Amino acid sequence: MTTKQDSWGTRVGLILAMAGNAVGLGNFLRFPVQAVQNGGGAFIIPYLVCFLLMGIPLLWIEWSMGRFGGSRGHHSTPFILDSFDKRRFWKYLGVFGIFTNIVVAAYYCYIESWTMSWVYHTVAGTFDGKTQTEVAAFFGKYVDLDKSFTGIPYEPIVFYILCLALNTYILSRGLSGGIERVAKLVMPMLVAFGIFLAFKGITLQAGQEGALFSGTLGLNFLWEPQFDSLGNLNVWLAAAGQIFFTLSVGMGTVHCYAAYVKKKDDIALNAMTAGWTNEFVEVLLGASILIPISVGYLGIDKVIELTKSGGLGLGFKTMPYLFEQWGDVIGTMAGVAFFGLLFFAGITSSLAMGSPWIAFMKDEFRFSEKSASWTFGLVVLALGLPTVFLFNYGVFDEYDYWVGTVALVVFALTEIILFSWVFGLNKGWKEITSGADIKVPLIYRPIIQWVTPIMLIIVFVGSLITPEGGDWTASFQSMMHGDGWILSDGSILAKLQNQDIYHSLQAAIAAGDEEKISFLNDKKLYVNGSRIFLTIVYGLICLMVYKAYKNRKNKKTEEVEA
Amino acid sequence: MSTSALIMMVAAQVVILSLTIYFYSKVLRSPKREEPDSYSENDDD
Repeated sequence: MTTKQDSWGTRVGLILAMAGNAVGLGNFLRFPVQAVQNGGGAFIIPYLVCFLLMGIPLLWIEWSMGRFGGSRGHHSTPFILDSFDKRRFWKYLGVFGIFTNIVVAAYYCYIESWTMSWVYHTVAGTFDGKTQTEVAAFFGKYVDLDKSFTGIPYEPIVFYILCLALNTYILSRGLSGGIERVAKLVMPMLVAFGIFLAFKGITLQAGQEGALFSGTLGLNFLWEPQFDSLGNLNVWLAAAGQIFFTLSVGMGTVHCYAAYVKKKDDIALNAMTAGWTNEFVEVLLGASILIPISVGYLGIDKVIELTKSGGLGLGFKTMPYLFEQWGDVIGTMAGVAFFGLLFFAGITSSLAMGSPWIAFMKDEFRFSEKSASWTFGLVVLALGLPTVFLFNYGVFDEYDYWVGTVALVVFALTEIILFSWVFGLNKGWKEITSGADIKVPLIYRPIIQWVTPIMLIIVFVGSLITPEGGDWTASFQSMMHGDGWILSDGSILAKLQNQDIYHSLQAAIAAGDEEKISFLNDKKLYVNGSRIFLTIVYGLICLMVYKAYKNRKNKKTEEVEA
Repeated sequence: MSTSALIMMVAAQVVILSLTIYFYSKVLRSPKREEPDSYSENDDD
């Protein structure tokens, strides 16, 4: 049953909420790092090609699947997928659309809580007068949970719970009263903060405010095209991966938001507008902050070294120190703007992650908005605490790898096969174009049926058997010579075998480092434990879906008998 | 900045900004559907 609370207030509100779902921490921390590591300015070519051939089709598919399911009273993916085909197993694959969200929300809210905490510490002056090494050490001590910087014991957990409680409270206010209101408030603020920081980054002058180089050197570093990189498969895989993460496709959140759109209303233009808003934030703002500012103070070589461990480290370990160079007032303003911007980007995404669970509990078990929201908060807390307590043992990374990365591709493949091949493209195309305020180009018919699925398969296989050093040519040659295929530690197959831990363990045994050997053995235990735990969680949601299915069946029987 | 970096940056930014503005203008100029639609803004209380 759809109540008045279960609807969007305005069309722009829906688009901003959808854009907010897509815009996340990765727009500011991941995209610029991916660009500098994968061909600089030339990266934008595979990136936009993947957006056009994979991102937009998936957005249209997810919006139309959501609207289709919503018109049949389903607002979460298990029963949305179920409504597309008679076979019963689809709903258990649709579990991904709930599972992924609660698991990703569990660790994502932890990062989101860091941004809250970093805003607090910026204002409180914790970073004042600290060297770059001391600021980096602050992060290490923070996630170690071994020191309180505010006098509050277990400060990271307090911030984490605060962050989760805030998310839960907003979710309990419903779609238009909670999520949409927040999106309308924070998206413009996010853009305003982004413009302020981008302006500061681009106008940074060598010799002023302690900067060693100008901000444009950083821009040049990021945008200088290395066209030879376009022939490298890894660059294309990185671009496809970035499109996945940035658009939040393959998660089930888009389906859930779109399930509240009526059949006669547009989805094609809405999807394009939300998608391009995300690109605006990512390419125009995201590319103009982190790299220009950090190159301005640290130089290109140091930034190359720091980005090897990703953008998260650069953002949290380095940026507070750099902002300090701008003096008390501007430095504090910049710190608040940067971590505030990350917080806004994070919360609009984490709210979207809460929606499928809440919709499922409301649809299937008749929970109220409030009680469904609080169950979400509790479930996410239970899932998230291991990532907080066992952060250094790699539990956080396990969640991110298996659920935040691999599961997205698996679910996207599932939904595109169901939509284009099982449901059928003719019917699917009608769903996409029904009520459309734009003419959807016909070229997208073969793209949706062939190109996008093939690209997804390439991405999946590429992740499954990524060769060592990303050298595909050498690996093929090695295989042809009968020397086998050497897997990268980051490939799915190698991850399954804990190859990375095994290699580290071998090195520690060779060095006779007893402490490290003990740590790595513990790590292996926690990593395997977290995988079992996640599998159990998936199984439990399947059981809930089975129970919901039985409830529906019983209700139908009763109605027929009555 | 080098010319090639500048061209890549400006081209990408112009394309993305133009398309974003274009789609928002389409959304804002699209005629409203008859009630009941998906949005509660004009609904009777």
